[in-house]
Amino acid sequence: MNIPDKFSELRARDESALIAYVCAGDPTQDATEGIVQALIRGGADIVELGLPFSDPVADGPTIQAASGRALSAGMNPDRYFELVKSLDVDVPLVCMTYYNLIFKRGIEKFVLDCIDSGISGIIVPDLPVEESEELAECCTRNDVDLIFLIAPTTSVDRIDMILEHGSGFMYLVSRVGVTGARSDVAESTSKLLSRVKTDIPKAVGFGISTGKQAKEVVEDGADGVIVGSAFVDIIASGKDVNARLEALAKELKDGILLAK
Amino acid sequence: MTTSYGKYGGQFVPEILMPALAELEEGYQRYKDDPEFLKELDFYLKDFAGRETPLYFAKNLSKKYGTRIYLKREDLVHGGAHKLNNTIGQGLLAKYMGKTRIVAETGAGQHGTATAMIGANLGFDTVVYMGAKDVERQLMNVYRMKLMGTVVHAVESGSKTLKDAINEALRDWVTNVENTHYLIGSVVGPHPYPMIVRDFQSVIGNEVKEQIMEKEGRYPDSIVACTGGGSNAMGIFYPFVEEKDVKLFAVEAGGSGMATTEHAALHSASLSVGEEGVLHGARTRILQDKYGQILESHSISAGLDYSGVGPELAYLADIGRLTPCHANDDEALEAFHELSRMEGIIPALESSHALAYVMKAAQSGELGNLVVINLSGRGDKDLETVINLEKGGKL
Repeated sequence: MNIPDKFSELRARDESALIAYVCAGDPTQDATEGIVQALIRGGADIVELGLPFSDPVADGPTIQAASGRALSAGMNPDRYFELVKSLDVDVPLVCMTYYNLIFKRGIEKFVLDCIDSGISGIIVPDLPVEESEELAECCTRNDVDLIFLIAPTTSVDRIDMILEHGSGFMYLVSRVGVTGARSDVAESTSKLLSRVKTDIPKAVGFGISTGKQAKEVVEDGADGVIVGSAFVDIIASGKDVNARLEALAKELKDGILLAK
Repeated sequence: MTTSYGKYGGQFVPEILMPALAELEEGYQRYKDDPEFLKELDFYLKDFAGRETPLYFAKNLSKKYGTRIYLKREDLVHGGAHKLNNTIGQGLLAKYMGKTRIVAETGAGQHGTATAMIGANLGFDTVVYMGAKDVERQLMNVYRMKLMGTVVHAVESGSKTLKDAINEALRDWVTNVENTHYLIGSVVGPHPYPMIVRDFQSVIGNEVKEQIMEKEGRYPDSIVACTGGGSNAMGIFYPFVEEKDVKLFAVEAGGSGMATTEHAALHSASLSVGEEGVLHGARTRILQDKYGQILESHSISAGLDYSGVGPELAYLADIGRLTPCHANDDEALEAFHELSRMEGIIPALESSHALAYVMKAAQSGELGNLVVINLSGRGDKDLETVINLEKGGKL
């Protein structure tokens, strides 16, 4: 299933999406299938699978550590695509990685590998729209969604430019900073949601970790809630991982469904 | 305004930072020719940094190597290295732009120290990120920064060296972008940094132009500078780029050998043997594995120990305007001793690489009869490293 179809399906039920991020191969390649299935059982509508990079500048300590664990366990782009291809899932999968891994593999090959392994969208946190022409062209040609981030610091002019190039969903960054769970989701979220006027679904990420926060973000108008570090924290703990991932996904999805 | 140098450069940063880069570029364009700004810059360069620095004729070296060798004495700049030229410029720019906080990365601690100096003087909250490994090998510089009121964070992630310090400084900037200026110390990072740092460091080459005309009545045959990120190199090269008869040599750290292992290079020679990629906001030549993961670099000198290089240097190398070359740890150490012994000047281990290349290449005639070496820093900070090495310790 691709991303637009998933959002149409959810919209028909007047429901917002839970988008779950984990780093592929963290802590081992074998663990990822069970983790992804647990997230989906709990209610994840879309799964973002991080392809770990050695120098993840947009990530906070939680996801940096996850990237480190995955790389130490031998994750690399070849294995990543094999792993993703082997997953038995019927939700859209999104690849989140840094630009050098795409550039080095070759843009065309990277996008074709995504399609072949069942990935329907790509997020590149260090690729602003100005530098994205080559990748965007290749994604459009191959019907892969290139998902851009919009930050509280993004100007109106830039928002227009990003909306012109993005597809799948818009990744709205709830606050300035790096990824990581926070107790407060900034007030800037609702302001940002109202500033971004588009029919493309809007998903909010960075800092969300509880059902209550998910509910608030949806009430502010989000079509999707992106949660990463809170799941990765559970994986890092190594305790009762899949059951707790499922429970957190359920809490978040329940929060989303409770939103008025 | 172009954001690139040929195919290199650009702005590969998180969306959060794009407005800050635009604001910085706008601020730079507004103030770079502003008479008040220039007057203040001139005051600081002269009375705070101690410019201009001498162009010193090294008569003993010249005699031994059979060519006229001049040293551009950036080691005499306040703080002991060329780094202050840039931190003065960017510090003033940040002040004019209304920022109250500056963050910086540092490798050897020279840029951190130079940032601490201007941070203290201009009254900024100053935070410096430094790889934990570098903190260990440069304790004196850490203490100097602290003396001047700077908060030094030891970075424990990744290889715990310069590249990880840059990652952490970028993360800080992403988080505090409203009131904070990221004071990058080299000609690296996203546009407009490579341009701004180059421009502020060009004072080196501009002085050399006048000084060498006065002393020799002509431009040199060659200019030689050590290159990590490349700020002292661009600073002395840039005013000569259009003077096509002047050969430019960028000497990288050959480390303990030009090979790589699975996760690390034994050297820091990204210009010489790196491949095209994207690191820290710019497309440039970098040390990476076949998948594009960044390799850790190695050098005896913390200031050259970096997996990337400024995009403009990569461009100048591609079009054949400069020659990338390298000197290894042992050669640099030998040059460190030789300059100390022969001229009574103790060079930084970084600058020792430039000296070492001249000592290797002079006899071949490749450098011509008149050579200027950028003596980018003094070696006092490296004494502990050298003492440990000579006791048989490891780097």
